[in-house]
Amino acid sequence: MAVPSFLARERIVARPGFNRWLIPPAALAVHLCIGQAYATSVYKTALVEHFDTSLTAIGIIFSIAIVMLGLSAAIFGTWVDKNGPRAAMFTAAVFWVTGFLVGSLGIATEQLWLLYFGYGFLGGIGLGIGYISPVSTLIKWFPDRPGLATGMAIMGFGGGALIASPLSRQLMNVYDPGYDGTAGTVPSGNAVAMLFLTLGLVYLAFMMFGAFIIRVPAEGWRPDGFDPASVKAKSLVTTENVSAGNAIRTPQFWLLWTVLFCNVTAGIGILEQAAPMIQDFFRDGETSAVAAATAAGFVGLLSLFNMGGRFVWSSTSDYIGRKPIYMVYLGVGIVLYVILATLGSTATWIFVLTAAVIISFYGGGFSTAPAYLRDLFGTFQVGAIHGRLLTAWSAAGVAGPLIINGVLDSRGTPGELVAGDYRPALFIMVGLLAVGFVANLLIKPVASKWHEPKAAPSPSTQEASVVR
Amino acid sequence: MSSPAPTGNQQTSHTPVGLIAFAWTLVGVPLAYGLYNAVKAASALFGG
Repeated sequence: MAVPSFLARERIVARPGFNRWLIPPAALAVHLCIGQAYATSVYKTALVEHFDTSLTAIGIIFSIAIVMLGLSAAIFGTWVDKNGPRAAMFTAAVFWVTGFLVGSLGIATEQLWLLYFGYGFLGGIGLGIGYISPVSTLIKWFPDRPGLATGMAIMGFGGGALIASPLSRQLMNVYDPGYDGTAGTVPSGNAVAMLFLTLGLVYLAFMMFGAFIIRVPAEGWRPDGFDPASVKAKSLVTTENVSAGNAIRTPQFWLLWTVLFCNVTAGIGILEQAAPMIQDFFRDGETSAVAAATAAGFVGLLSLFNMGGRFVWSSTSDYIGRKPIYMVYLGVGIVLYVILATLGSTATWIFVLTAAVIISFYGGGFSTAPAYLRDLFGTFQVGAIHGRLLTAWSAAGVAGPLIINGVLDSRGTPGELVAGDYRPALFIMVGLLAVGFVANLLIKPVASKWHEPKAAPSPSTQEASVVR
Repeated sequence: MSSPAPTGNQQTSHTPVGLIAFAWTLVGVPLAYGLYNAVKAASALFGG
């Protein structure tokens, strides 16, 4: 599928002297926008009232978007690698923004299916392409610090929700003065439609800015003082390349898929229930020692750790290695989950601290994955391989809530649950993390039979890659 | 910042510092706004 010349990879090859520090903001411009996907709870109640439907019916919008994220990242990954980041960011912007505009029309005309199709389906495609669009470019610009580079971009995805939540509340207050953002007031459907329209236009400007400043390094470029031989000296890090088609035939890919799936499922277990969970852990009869406002503060704190973990842990992996950092995410995660299950209800600080660190590992797992892929499979089609790996996120997005909600439904009704009711779910998460820990331990360097022939293929010949 | 690319006759171009500063400001300001609001919300947890 050809792209217009102004989007082509050849048009954005950086000239000698280009400053690579222009690339992270280009990536952030995209990720800060698509991270809005995690701020949908702000208008959830408004949509339930506007469409006179159930929470589940509205929740499906988000589920469609996350499933489409995984599918589109997997399907379009090779196309993204072949055509370069500008074409990918541009396409992501078109889908993401069209999703908002169609969604806005759906709300304004009270057609829920248009919201499913717009924000869920079209927006979800934008999410998937946007998420992977800058990753391989960043890895190529920062061969000396791939964890830092991908951490910066994927931190943006966490940051996007931090921005969109308060911004959405303020904008809905402008469009519906009766809504002031406090509990008990709900914005009108018209205000949400206008919010979608506004966000769509703002995101269009931001993402296009990212698309037009992004550049790819010229063939053979490397940062001053960087010796590729120093990379090869590290265990598990290859200077060879494996195509996306071959990568998914290796056990390493599926072991890493399992690692990501387990880490994300365990994290979602807490994220999904954060506010009610902290109240239930400190419940005495019908009342909780933790007020609703404090519970909201806990959610805010988790968001900060989710975002911070993406940057801090991924950057740390550049120094201690990818396999060891996942041993920390999963191994220390097991210990923390056990502490949460057994001692979490004894003191608020124990609960908050363990949950916050677990969520930082959840974020770190996302942002370290592309650098791990680079180490195992090289830079050749790392974007496409990353796209395929993200199907683990989609699967975890279904499994995590199913586990936690399934266990809690069997233990009682919301508002009456206590710490003990969460224990079975938390111990299931411990088991999952143990599976992930073992999968990570089993990861070894990729066998040489999967490596591409030595003559480095150019992006335009990627489709002709040898498939074994 | 970088080694010259082995592409022959390509001209060297230096990225304007102003463009880099503008790009980082454009993404930094909304991020700071989001962080401020998240910290404000989290402060409720510590009685703030």
